[in-house]
Amino acid sequence: MKFATKLLHGTSCIDPVTGAASVPIYQASTFHQADLDRPVVYDYARSGNPTRHALEEAIAVLEGGERGFAFASGMAAISSVFMLFSAGDHVVVAEDVYGGTYRFLTNVLSRMGIAVSFVDTTSLEQVEAAIRPETKGIYLETPSNPTLKVTDIAAVCALAKQRGLLVIVDNTFMTPYYQRPLELGADVVIHSATKFIGGHSDVVAGLAVTKEAALGEQLYMIQNGMGAILGVQDSWLVLRGLKSLKARLDVSTQTAEKLAHWLSTHPAVSRVYYTGLPEHDGHDLQNRQASGHGAVLSFDVGSRERAKALFDRVKLPIVAVSLGAVETILSYPAMMSHAAMPPAERKRRGITDGLIRLSAGLEDAVDLLQDLEQALDALGPAEQAADDKQAFSWA
Amino acid sequence: MPSVILLEGEIHMHLETKLVQAGVAKDERTGAISFPVYNATAYRHPALGQSTGYDYTRTANPTRTVLEQTIAEAEGGDAGFACASGMAAIHTVMGLFSQGDHLVVSLDLYGGTYRLFEQVLSRYGLRFSYVDLRDVKNLEEAIRPETRAVFVETPTNPLMQITDIAAVAEVAKRNGLLTIVDNTFMTPYCQRPLELGADLVLHSATKYLGGHNDVLAGLIVTKGEELSEKIRFLHNSIGAVLGPQDCWLLLRGMKTLALRMERHQANALAIVKTLREHPAVTDVYYPGLPEHPGYEVQCRQASGFSGMVSFRLRSAEQVAPFLESLRIISFAESLGGVESLCTYPATQTHADIPQEIREYVGVCDRLLRLSVGIEHPDDLIADVCQALDASLSLTGGSVR
Repeated sequence: MKFATKLLHGTSCIDPVTGAASVPIYQASTFHQADLDRPVVYDYARSGNPTRHALEEAIAVLEGGERGFAFASGMAAISSVFMLFSAGDHVVVAEDVYGGTYRFLTNVLSRMGIAVSFVDTTSLEQVEAAIRPETKGIYLETPSNPTLKVTDIAAVCALAKQRGLLVIVDNTFMTPYYQRPLELGADVVIHSATKFIGGHSDVVAGLAVTKEAALGEQLYMIQNGMGAILGVQDSWLVLRGLKSLKARLDVSTQTAEKLAHWLSTHPAVSRVYYTGLPEHDGHDLQNRQASGHGAVLSFDVGSRERAKALFDRVKLPIVAVSLGAVETILSYPAMMSHAAMPPAERKRRGITDGLIRLSAGLEDAVDLLQDLEQALDALGPAEQAADDKQAFSWA
Repeated sequence: MPSVILLEGEIHMHLETKLVQAGVAKDERTGAISFPVYNATAYRHPALGQSTGYDYTRTANPTRTVLEQTIAEAEGGDAGFACASGMAAIHTVMGLFSQGDHLVVSLDLYGGTYRLFEQVLSRYGLRFSYVDLRDVKNLEEAIRPETRAVFVETPTNPLMQITDIAAVAEVAKRNGLLTIVDNTFMTPYCQRPLELGADLVLHSATKYLGGHNDVLAGLIVTKGEELSEKIRFLHNSIGAVLGPQDCWLLLRGMKTLALRMERHQANALAIVKTLREHPAVTDVYYPGLPEHPGYEVQCRQASGFSGMVSFRLRSAEQVAPFLESLRIISFAESLGGVESLCTYPATQTHADIPQEIREYVGVCDRLLRLSVGIEHPDDLIADVCQALDASLSLTGGSVR
């Protein structure tokens, strides 16, 4: 079954009792147990709910995993998956992880005795050098947020396998449509399903998929034990969004590609980050391990003042936190997604004060381009970006 | 922060009124009596560096704000936080503690809380001592230099043991500990622990607050700015937040809390009377009985007894026939809903507690827990009686 078909028919989505084509919303928190001695599939909705289960099955099938899990948010998925580790363990983490993940790791998990090292995972040498005797896992985001650095998933997994480490990949930017980390050797895949999977800026959700049964059992114990589960209404909304994932991503990616090429020729822009540009460092690797470049790109206009002027002038995109929606969203990582990261750490990762992230939606590409054009033309050429350019020269 | 404001200031309102008025006409544009469900995850910023008070729904959502302000007001706290489940609320609060910290916890405790503490959080170097908090001396003896908090369930689940919240909070204060109270069984309609000196109140709002067996949710209420800010940070960072539809369902449920609690309690008292008179039953646990050892404390610190009743059958063999014979009352895990439910703690809610500890505490294999609903009491009494009779005749027991 091809991916587009799998989205609609990959799991048993027909209600067996009524034949309903859409999975019913089981709002029940508890389930009657007819017989004390006969275990039932569902007893309490935190432990299992038919609507949530339909979503969990769907994501497991799409990612090629054994078991899926739905959580209250992407961060709830991430914080629950990190509970697979124990005090004294050490995890190697991609250095430009989402600011919220960084905050959780450095402010909450660190107090629980779990150490993390942030390294540039695009360099296999750096990953290898960071591994200690107590290292238990490697956590990747690829392409990274917001500078879209690409990590070689298969190479990291091969190294991890030698050393007996778990590999966890945040696949939010790519979705299983473009990239399936479990097939490349990873053990756990995580999603902020709030983004492309939900796709409509109308539901906050997180998903995780495990490749093997034993790990799935462990994560189930944590999901049920900590209870950061996704509600049924939200589970249904994510399932609904999932059906159009391919159709949405096809259009959004096309638009992102057009915009990336156009932006890289605009004098007001000092730098464009998009893996679909041939000059992007990770372009070839991305072509090898994923089937698309996705709908997110970042570009640098040189300074906070210029970024602010652009935000004031654009009319179509929503200026907001989040990404991966039907609406095009512009965000300002320094003050939004990565505000939780100290300024020095941000700077080191290339998240400058002039950096803007664009998540392409489903508007007509011409309308978006014209809107950005009028806003960028008013900025004038990007002269003052020289400093920032120097700061990135290592990249 | 968020711009949704509840009725405040001049108008004095009783709890019943506050609950019913929650979110009413607070939607400024339309004046909608029922506050809208905001499904939006992201909010357009008026300009760079400006915010409407809402940026991203994990951090704050207008529907969730109404719910959080309502529970904070109802509990007499400073801030409220809505979580994906009661367990999500508990684990969010546990984020306050660090490796090496120690907590003193009620000995008789919901099995899910015990499982979280022993199977998950112990791996992070948190340590827990389970003590009988009915005697505050046990708390004093359990305190160590690294103790940070005391975690209280009262009445306990399922044995309905009563802990003197004010006395525990006083000892905790003297020793620099936080007092955390799981107020699920009582709800703020019957008991407000923050007014008795506690620092933080938890709810599985799946139970009485939601009240309809149709929504999973947890709530946290904090007292004091510093603690509120710490929980706000953890709530957003860990991200186990409640979705907007579930927030709305919970708010809807809370509007009838007072009515439901009155009926739950009246029905519970009626069933307790029946249970005590039936030869198939050896013990009945309900804090509304004058001979219950915690009755006096309960009357002092709470304004009601709620609708939870536990009882022991004469033999474990009676359990299966009793449950199979129930016609109106469902055999299911959970409590606090309009529908009556019967739970077998040994294999359901408390299955994760090792058998020897479970039996030491008193959660034996003859114990059943009833969450008395709001059906007509005569129907419930008839159902319980016929099932008790059947449990005796099917096991060959005779009426004493």
